[in-house]
Amino acid sequence: MVAVSSWGRIGRFEHEVILLSDRGNVATQIKSQRLGIAHGMGRSYGDVCLNPNGVIWKTTGLDRFISFDKNTGLLVCEAGVLLRDIQRITIQHGWLLPVTPGTQLITVGGAVANDVHGKNHHGFGCFGDHVQSLKLIRSDGSIIECGPDFLPDWFAATVGGMGLTGVITEVEIQLRRVTAPWLSTETLAYDNLDEFFYLADTSESDWEHTVSWIDCVAKGGRGIFMRGNPTDSNELYEPKSKNFSIPFVPPLSLINKLTLSPFNTAYFNLKKYRTGKRINHYEAFFYPLDNLLEWNRMYGPRGFYQYQSVVPRAVGYDAMQAMLKEISQSGEGSFLAVLKTFGNREARGMMSFPQPGVTLALDFSNKGGKTLTLFKRLDSIVREAGGRIYLAKDARMPRDLFEAGYPCLAEFLKYRDPRISSALSRRLIGY
Amino acid sequence: MQNTKKRIVIIGATSAIAEHCARLWVKDTHVELILVGRNAQKTENVATDLRVRNPQTLISVIKADFINALAIQQCVDSIVAGGVVDTVLIAHGSLPDQTLCEQDLSAVNEALQVNGISPVLFAEAFAGTMQKANLGTLAIIGSVAGDRGRKSNYIYGSAKGLVTRYTQGLQHRLANTAVKVVLIKPGPTETPMTSHLKQQGGLAPVEVVAKIIVEGINTAKPVIYAPAKWALIMMVIRHLPRFVFNKLNI
Repeated sequence: MVAVSSWGRIGRFEHEVILLSDRGNVATQIKSQRLGIAHGMGRSYGDVCLNPNGVIWKTTGLDRFISFDKNTGLLVCEAGVLLRDIQRITIQHGWLLPVTPGTQLITVGGAVANDVHGKNHHGFGCFGDHVQSLKLIRSDGSIIECGPDFLPDWFAATVGGMGLTGVITEVEIQLRRVTAPWLSTETLAYDNLDEFFYLADTSESDWEHTVSWIDCVAKGGRGIFMRGNPTDSNELYEPKSKNFSIPFVPPLSLINKLTLSPFNTAYFNLKKYRTGKRINHYEAFFYPLDNLLEWNRMYGPRGFYQYQSVVPRAVGYDAMQAMLKEISQSGEGSFLAVLKTFGNREARGMMSFPQPGVTLALDFSNKGGKTLTLFKRLDSIVREAGGRIYLAKDARMPRDLFEAGYPCLAEFLKYRDPRISSALSRRLIGY
Repeated sequence: MQNTKKRIVIIGATSAIAEHCARLWVKDTHVELILVGRNAQKTENVATDLRVRNPQTLISVIKADFINALAIQQCVDSIVAGGVVDTVLIAHGSLPDQTLCEQDLSAVNEALQVNGISPVLFAEAFAGTMQKANLGTLAIIGSVAGDRGRKSNYIYGSAKGLVTRYTQGLQHRLANTAVKVVLIKPGPTETPMTSHLKQQGGLAPVEVVAKIIVEGINTAKPVIYAPAKWALIMMVIRHLPRFVFNKLNI
């Protein structure tokens, strides 16, 4: 047994770890007597990738490319390949992944199972929107190949399906053309939510990528808005990526009452001072935290929660304001707070998170009951607004909120693999 | 046009360490890789991956028997018939279950064959032609386990000890030639071979080990510990007096 934790580091749990490394042998390897769940880089924050006292099938050994057509941009690879490794190879031929989240240190299988989204959701949708087909191995040894046009029901259940429909072993993805690894970006400061929504709405048609950092400690909701477009500028040097690592877990969370307010004020003003247009490398713009290895350690030994919700646009303004008010009243706060509007499009997966509206993602140091009480207040705002919480981040949402937020649940359950179970599935579905 | 690519032969190409070495080698376009494996499909999967990583490299796959001496000789003959070999990496192995070995002699036999005799036969088959060509680097993966027998894995350790002693002899034989012989001793590495081990935290990432090996082969160091800290750890373990060593539960 091996102690494994997810990215939030809320707890370390004993698991039997089985490394999958031969795609021809997965069907045999997952025929275990005990229930298991596929586990890639363990970058999801909550318990979607955990199965305490059970088996995890670690997919990082399934890290081979199968084919890549540099003329059409069609890539087939094993599910344990990292998004970073795909992009570092395909960029040389003028292709990148159409959708990536804020880290590229995740596996393709995890990106499908959580149907991850990025800064360009309004134009490109979710990761699953670009998957042409995938291979799923069930615990009874059967193999299901599915895509948007063949066995589309299996595909819709598996994209965003939290790994519960089988083990994804191969994925076919349509990449997108880029002329250079560069983005032309602009950074703007906003002083309140009105300004944020104005910037978000007016940027959607002309900017492919939009995202914002919000200062949830200051009243009113000031923040920094970032937007970017691919550019063919070619006269720049590739940045040398330098990795820093947080070498140990500090005894206390570095994000606390004393540090948060000065952190946020300093960050806001530094960024405000440096607003304007520039050219960024895609890795620096999309994955600013990837060079700070093990940054999750800064929340100390008790770890942290991430709370990411989405609410419909019609009530978005009020819901955001209400949530920010609750947070600032609670005295808790978040440094890595991200506010973004989603495009007006439905995701392919039955259990995919993105829906038309506005999403807010917040990190909170784990202070036990105090933090959970705040979440209950935020839950009631999300519930009332008709929103939902992102399963890839969640470690604590109540079952009724899950069921209200994911109306396709009953349909999804028909496709579950009976020998696959995770801490999240037991908590929210009961088995 | 003459083939100016550097020819690299990898025996046991589906081993995780070998596969990651190959990924580093294909970053350079001027290589030709010959992948030798027991399982044709698995070896082909590795080759396909490498071709995507760099479409300009030349990669071929050979399925081989790793036990039969005659088959090994024929396999190596067919490779060297295709041209001068610049680098050979002999990487195969499998970690036996020590407890099982203590109950079943056939498990001992298999472990000694795969981890000890087979790598030596491959190396010996290449050594002669490399000596004649007076060119090339012959690298063999041993293990820190071969440095001193321990109760927890001495069957594996003795096979790797055989590889160590063999390599010493070969280094002595080829000392006056241009052929370099490199012995690589990885510590516990995160690979499918070790995935059942309990001490997951202490395992070195396979990418790190591969990088040390490829750099070590380039500089043709006679002995490479990967990661380097194992040189120090094993020096201590080798020199522990028996009355202390026998009290250790390792």
